[in-house]
Amino acid sequence: MLWKTIKRGYHQLGSPRYFYRFSSAVLPWLTPIALITFVVGIVWGLAFAPPDYQQGNSYRIIYIHVPASSGALMGYVAMGIAGMVAVVWRMKMAEIMIKAIAPFGAALTAISLVTGALWGKPTWGTYWQWDARMTSMLILLFMYIGVIALQNAIRDPRQAARAAGLLAMVGVINVVIVKYSVEWVNTLHQGSTLKLVGESTINPAMKYPLLISMLGTWLLYAVNVMVRARTEILSRERRSGWVKQLVAAGGR
Amino acid sequence: MNPVRKQRLAIVAVILVGLAIAVGLIFYALRQNINLFYTPQQIVSGEAPLNSKMRVGGLVVPGSVKRDPQSLDVQFTLTDGKGSFVVHYQGILPDLFREGQGIVANGTLISRQRFEADEVLAKHDETYMPPEVKDALEKAGHPAADKPDSSMGKTAS
Repeated sequence: MLWKTIKRGYHQLGSPRYFYRFSSAVLPWLTPIALITFVVGIVWGLAFAPPDYQQGNSYRIIYIHVPASSGALMGYVAMGIAGMVAVVWRMKMAEIMIKAIAPFGAALTAISLVTGALWGKPTWGTYWQWDARMTSMLILLFMYIGVIALQNAIRDPRQAARAAGLLAMVGVINVVIVKYSVEWVNTLHQGSTLKLVGESTINPAMKYPLLISMLGTWLLYAVNVMVRARTEILSRERRSGWVKQLVAAGGR
Repeated sequence: MNPVRKQRLAIVAVILVGLAIAVGLIFYALRQNINLFYTPQQIVSGEAPLNSKMRVGGLVVPGSVKRDPQSLDVQFTLTDGKGSFVVHYQGILPDLFREGQGIVANGTLISRQRFEADEVLAKHDETYMPPEVKDALEKAGHPAADKPDSSMGKTAS
């Protein structure tokens, strides 16, 4: 029963028209929730969380650096999955998703690199070292830019999506390297603070604002992807009956 | 799944698995080059080359830091529990440089016991807590309060 519902939902969301209707219903409440979560997390972290015993206040950039980095990595994995669906199943909605996911992810990667450099100077004493974590994160930025560029280089949107999808899929290997670089080889960058299994090495008073700002960033990313996907759907389906009807009805 | 999709899925799977293996092998082969620094163990055992530019990393031995009162000269012992050597440096140390703390130094290995640094970077670990909590932990004699930097001393072999 549940499986059938999930399967039906998946197939329905695979239809651009249904996705457009679905996102029209979701966006009006998801957008304010995302904004509020993000603002609460950031303000709590930057202004109210206690200072660190070692780094004082300079550790606070973690409330921007970690949400941006995690969003960038998750976004890339999502784009890789969309790429695989686009290449194997030729699903239209997956093709649209590759295009919708890339720009925000590239921006988050850039934010992660810049905030990381700004954090590195007062703590490590350097903006940049070619260590495995930083280098692989820079490669992630190039992968995102490559996916965007490849998509724009091919005129036919379906062919463009397949080429970009293949690149997105292959690049997921790099995400694995980013994640585990700090465990496999020795780096200047410290290991992960938040762990999927086991206890996190951050005080709860600092952890909750961090988790909230991460959630806020992910939700903002989801909102951005939906808005971009809707624009792309309208542009691709502009000749179809339902879009013409929509326009005739004043875009409602 | 129809045969065409099945075939496409197989091709995609082969490409991905092949690439993952290739990247894994490259990563494994270049492991020492990807490592940012040599560990004290590698220095002492002779794995690190003499008289060439390199980075070393380790923990500053508590009580080993000697500053020259007339100049910016400083020297300290670096260890990872499996070997140790002395680092000489002339310049301003980063704020987070402390005894017991992990550091990465860039410079030249003169001998197995002596490293001349041009640049000293401080590592910090992934533990964050308010100063009050740190004090409370220290008072209670909790081992977590002065846990050595866990991110140090990964050796590639």
